[in-house]
Amino acid sequence: MFDFLQGYDVLGAFWTTVQLTLLAAAGSLVWGTLLAAMRVGPVPLMRGFATVYVNTVRNIPLTVIILFTSLGLANTLGVTLGAKGVIDTLNFRLAVLGLVAYTSAFVCEVIRSGINTVPVGQAEAARAIGLSFSQVLRLVVLPQAFRSSVGPLANVLIALTKNTTVAAAIGVAEAATLMRTMVEKEAQLIPIAAIFALGFVILTLPTGLILGWVGKKVAIKR
Amino acid sequence: MTEVSVAKEDVAATGELVVLKSVNKHFGALHVLQDIDLTIARGEVVVVIGPSGSGKSTLCRTINRLETADSGSITIDGEALPQEGKELARLRADVGMVFQSFNLFAHKTVLENVMLGQIKVRKADKKKAEEKARALLDRVGVATQADKYPAQLSGGQQQRVAIARALAMDPKVMLFDEPTSALDPEMINEVLEVMQQLARDGMTMIVVTHEMGFARSAANRVVFMADGRIVEEAAPDQFFSNPRSDRAKDFLSKILHH
Repeated sequence: MFDFLQGYDVLGAFWTTVQLTLLAAAGSLVWGTLLAAMRVGPVPLMRGFATVYVNTVRNIPLTVIILFTSLGLANTLGVTLGAKGVIDTLNFRLAVLGLVAYTSAFVCEVIRSGINTVPVGQAEAARAIGLSFSQVLRLVVLPQAFRSSVGPLANVLIALTKNTTVAAAIGVAEAATLMRTMVEKEAQLIPIAAIFALGFVILTLPTGLILGWVGKKVAIKR
Repeated sequence: MTEVSVAKEDVAATGELVVLKSVNKHFGALHVLQDIDLTIARGEVVVVIGPSGSGKSTLCRTINRLETADSGSITIDGEALPQEGKELARLRADVGMVFQSFNLFAHKTVLENVMLGQIKVRKADKKKAEEKARALLDRVGVATQADKYPAQLSGGQQQRVAIARALAMDPKVMLFDEPTSALDPEMINEVLEVMQQLARDGMTMIVVTHEMGFARSAANRVVFMADGRIVEEAAPDQFFSNPRSDRAKDFLSKILHH
């Protein structure tokens, strides 16, 4: 019944999806947190930059961003991201970059609303014992903000997992790319669609369940 | 700080620790602090009382610049309050603050709460910081709660931890912003006792409170505020038995004769 699968590396394609997801998740968590720190920070220039960044990037379709990394950054500006002419590697890295740029805007807003759940008195008490702005943020506010952001971050991570399919637009050999190939060459369209749908559910369902559990576990009692 | 344990009589000789000169502050159209002049000597315990909205909490918060004054000058131990930044952080470390709502760091244990400032601001090593934290927790009577999280403690215990957290920085002066106002009645005394002891040990204290008993027994001076102004300053005995201003008489008649 699954003869049509022969000759296709479905697991390998999903492995690429997982890699895209994990790398982009790590990158956007870091960059998104920095953006959030800028948005709540005292420096007007940084605040302005982060605000403009978030409001621009989250309103541009991901496809446009991913295509821009390839056509704009790589082809026009000659950015190679250290990929030394290997087109597969280059496109993979560009896709990660595009996903990070896009997803971090959403991460930023999740963290920022997490920061808003931390009572103002926490930061005041931290300032009152002589901690600097960055210490207040790193030692007191962000650790509490992250804990209340776990649930919403799971949403972002699930969206990111599915968004990695846009990397197909620049030829990264991930799940959606393989699906398109198979749809073109095989007749069993519904089983193919079902297999890839199932693959994504297998990736994202545990993400939601596990992070939901973690979120409850680390929630702060006040 | 050798001068800390001076007797109350020779306070004047040891110098001025906190000086406010014609401090003004607005919240929008509301003029919350109007030309405040106040000098607190080393080792002095000043209790600030007054009706709600009189600006006493704002005054307290202005002293370590959690609220910025619009005009006027504030100096602590001869140093003017700097702009927000490293210098201000350093100065704040010398000014202990206790809040109405305790504000213990919710994600850290009681012990970690008292250690954090020592390690990150005073650069003490971990072992020394822990020793000192445990000693301070013992002093305020919550040593057995060291490994719990703030939410697991009663309000009175939390507030005593907050006092220990402030003391861990070896502050020159302690600010108390209505420290017992959020407490259940039966917990007020355990906090006041810690504060009484602190006063007896010679700590310079500025206490915003509604606890008249504490003002009577522990204060060197009572500052009465109303409508953003300091209306009256006097020794507690004199203030409570024979207030000069009508505003103070009115206030005292409302709170003392129920």
